Amino acid sequence: MNASGKTLLTQRVKVSRGEIHIIEERCKQCRLCIELCPREVLQESEKVNEKGYHLPEVVEEPEKEKICVSCGICEVACPEYAIWVREKKEMHQGRGIYGKNSSNR
Amino acid sequence: MSHKMTRGKKPLLPQELHPMDQWLRSERMPHIWCAGCGIGPTLYAWVRALDTVGIDKDKVVYVSGIGCCGRGSGYLDVDGFHTTHGRAIPFATGIKLVKPDLCVNVISGDGDIFSIGGNHFIHACRRNVDLLVICTNNFIYGMTGGQLAATTPIGDYSTTTPYGNIEPPFNTPYLADASGAVYVARWTSIHVRLLEKSIAEALRMKGFRYIEVLSPCPVNYGRRNRLREVDDIAKWFWQSSVIRHGADTREVQIEKGKPIILGNFVKREKLSYYGELKKLEEKVKRAAEAKK
Repeated sequence: MNASGKTLLTQRVKVSRGEIHIIEERCKQCRLCIELCPREVLQESEKVNEKGYHLPEVVEEPEKEKICVSCGICEVACPEYAIWVREKKEMHQGRGIYGKNSSNR
Repeated sequence: MSHKMTRGKKPLLPQELHPMDQWLRSERMPHIWCAGCGIGPTLYAWVRALDTVGIDKDKVVYVSGIGCCGRGSGYLDVDGFHTTHGRAIPFATGIKLVKPDLCVNVISGDGDIFSIGGNHFIHACRRNVDLLVICTNNFIYGMTGGQLAATTPIGDYSTTTPYGNIEPPFNTPYLADASGAVYVARWTSIHVRLLEKSIAEALRMKGFRYIEVLSPCPVNYGRRNRLREVDDIAKWFWQSSVIRHGADTREVQIEKGKPIILGNFVKREKLSYYGELKKLEEKVKRAAEAKK
């Protein structure tokens, strides 16, 4: 509940959007970024790097709930320092970042 | 950052680098650790905590022992010290006593700190040497091929216990607490944000601070214990963990089928070893002056 008595979930808030960068040669296909992402932004791609590991990729034409909100969990949990998120400058109108697993990570 | 050793690869442009790269020797990446290893996130959490607290990179020393974690001091672009097996804490004690203004950190594995270096650990706790010790506990001797460690839970399989382990493991937070550490916490490498906060809290304190980080080892621990995929271990850590700050460390033993208790367990104020040493020096000086 915020000061005006409305819950944050029902309020329209500005949500940040993220841009995902992948350093291809470092990835070892552990799939932690895909599993931990609270918005299911990433999926395993057909593309392989020079060692034959399948790289993660951003889901094309995602639903509204599956757009990266720059929470950075993939960046901090990646054991290879292969994926990182940069916050996009422009903000989007949307609901708060209360995805299914968004707490505590 | 230097790109002298690129091993024939095209160096990455500054805008293509990971935020961690300003602390890494990028030319040595990709590192040797297995896919899904918990050491990477632990080091990144530690580095972010150093950034948050605002400790100068030149004042940071990273001491590591032998094992998978031992490699870390070579990968990071801070003053590192790769020491002999189990002796990371004695080397770090020496560094801290000679150069007390440095921020000395020991990041090593459970085999290094609790098996061969167990004695050094309890004595450093007892003396309350001003160190931050982060132990990445993967429940097994990972680098040597999956032998039974002093932290393997009862009933688990390893190359040396093909019918299941019967030896009770160390309850490491209780060991640190009973030996006199001023800060004791336990997190996993999946709870990265909370781990970062905990490390930042520990970095602001003086004395012997101990943080246990439960870390997945899918290759040598998981493969033999029905946790073959990284997701399985991540799910085990995530679903069976309970966060209980200030919990009694006697009750935080890790047992299969029971919740893993995480949190910041102990926080106490105590004068560190260097502080005691300075106090003694002043006392001796005053006694000598009184004699004159």
